Amino acid sequence: MTITEELGRTHGYADLPRLMGLMTGDEKHGPAATSTLDVLWVLYDRVLRVRPEQREDPERDRFLLSKGHGPMAYYAVLAAKGFLPVDWLPQFGAYDSPLGHHPDRTLVPGAEIGSGSLGHGLPIAVGTALGLRAQGLDRPRVWALIGDAELDEGSNHEAIAFAGPAGLEQLHTVVVDNASASHARPGGIAARFEAAGWSALTVDGRDHEALYTAFTAPHPGRPHVVVARVEPKNA
Amino acid sequence: MDTMRDRFAPVVSRLLDEDPRVAVVLAEIGKDGFAEARRRHPDRVINVGIREQLLVGAGAGLALTGMRPVVHTFASFLVERPFEQVKLDLGHQDVGAVLVSAAASFDWPAGGYTHMAPGDVALLDTLDGWTVHVPGHPDEAETLLRHAVAAGDDKVYVRLSVQSNAQARPVDGERFTTVREGRSGVVVAVGPMLDAVLDTTEGLDVTVLYATTVRPFDAAALRRATRTAGADVVLVEPYLAGTSTAAANDALSDVPHRVMGLGVGRAELRRYGTVAEHTAAHGLDARSLRERISAFLGGGPGSERA
Repeated sequence: MTITEELGRTHGYADLPRLMGLMTGDEKHGPAATSTLDVLWVLYDRVLRVRPEQREDPERDRFLLSKGHGPMAYYAVLAAKGFLPVDWLPQFGAYDSPLGHHPDRTLVPGAEIGSGSLGHGLPIAVGTALGLRAQGLDRPRVWALIGDAELDEGSNHEAIAFAGPAGLEQLHTVVVDNASASHARPGGIAARFEAAGWSALTVDGRDHEALYTAFTAPHPGRPHVVVARVEPKNA
Repeated sequence: MDTMRDRFAPVVSRLLDEDPRVAVVLAEIGKDGFAEARRRHPDRVINVGIREQLLVGAGAGLALTGMRPVVHTFASFLVERPFEQVKLDLGHQDVGAVLVSAAASFDWPAGGYTHMAPGDVALLDTLDGWTVHVPGHPDEAETLLRHAVAAGDDKVYVRLSVQSNAQARPVDGERFTTVREGRSGVVVAVGPMLDAVLDTTEGLDVTVLYATTVRPFDAAALRRATRTAGADVVLVEPYLAGTSTAAANDALSDVPHRVMGLGVGRAELRRYGTVAEHTAAHGLDARSLRERISAFLGGGPGSERA
């Protein structure tokens, strides 16, 4: 297990259920909140080059949570990594809490975008990658997390179809696949990215080593997608 | 005379040379004008293809990295089709962009209703913090485009049209200007409506204000004008009739006043033809305007209700 120390606290993966437990009340997206947990942890713990003190650093990696539903796992990981204080968590969803049932980037330290309406994060991530490239910032990577049902939104397909031919190597997407799309075919997610020229890997979304390997696989000249399969939402 | 749109690519190409923050985002429409600029700045002239949700979303992503995106296509595909991207990717993310539209309310009447956007300014009125420029001449468009790009990280909409006044006037990107002074009413002419308004009100004792920046609405100028010309106000706008009626009412909320909002009608005409024919069909030609404005001002408070 990886342990990190931030702001004098020590939080590891094993602390995440407790941190999520602090966010009780009328949270409305319970199952979705945990489908992302392992993906988020591996990204923030081992992949993303961003720390709380780098929030304005142009050289930081950008993580865009597009699937803003069920953000408890996201807030728990941000708290574990020191982006936001643990004592914010119990007020989750309250009027004067910065932590809503969908995140607002102007309120949540470390949140690169506000989300909630589906299908916005990946197009914004495309623009972020373009903006970094235009400024000669070749090092930072851009990550967007979307859900398999979120792929229903056509805006994603505008972004996917553009980013492949545009060769946006800095762009990464992780699709958390809990089989929640009403209309889908096996293998369809990776196939659609591949058809647009992306590098694509499909792995067990609960297997930290498999996720890490997929997240860090080289993909020269192409954007990269990792399809992280977790237990079906309605199983 | 060249059009506002003919000025767009040359002006913004110069801004690309001058300011490394500037990036142009296109969705096929208008790309030819930027061919040379794209050779000079391949990473800052971006054509996303026919993908208008991505057009605005990518613009927002560029802004998140500190760039100043200039996003362009026809008004119907820039404001209406990706309206939620305008609302969320710019507004909710708290980033700015310059949206520059072409085709306006009915610049291409033969193209039909799919290419008409009389409701664009009214739609933006549902959102907070937008500056809206409606130039009335290609020279004014050039000036206002420069203002828009230079406006920090503001959200700015620039509405270009083939409709134009014969002469350019000085514009400052903020205030209404007084073109004519009278004592029996105020007519506010927005952008390309000025020439028709001046023809129409020739011989009438009215003040004519010229508005090329309509949001924020220059309430102070309207209030000032009503002090000598009285508080009977006619708005003549090149987009949906009544778009600025609420703003004018708010400006005059503490004085008795009347406001008539003229502009493009809400009903779909289902006609092709020419700009002049559509102008007349919406009652915005000089003769129709004269009848409607004279009736409103001549009537005075109370008489129309008698």
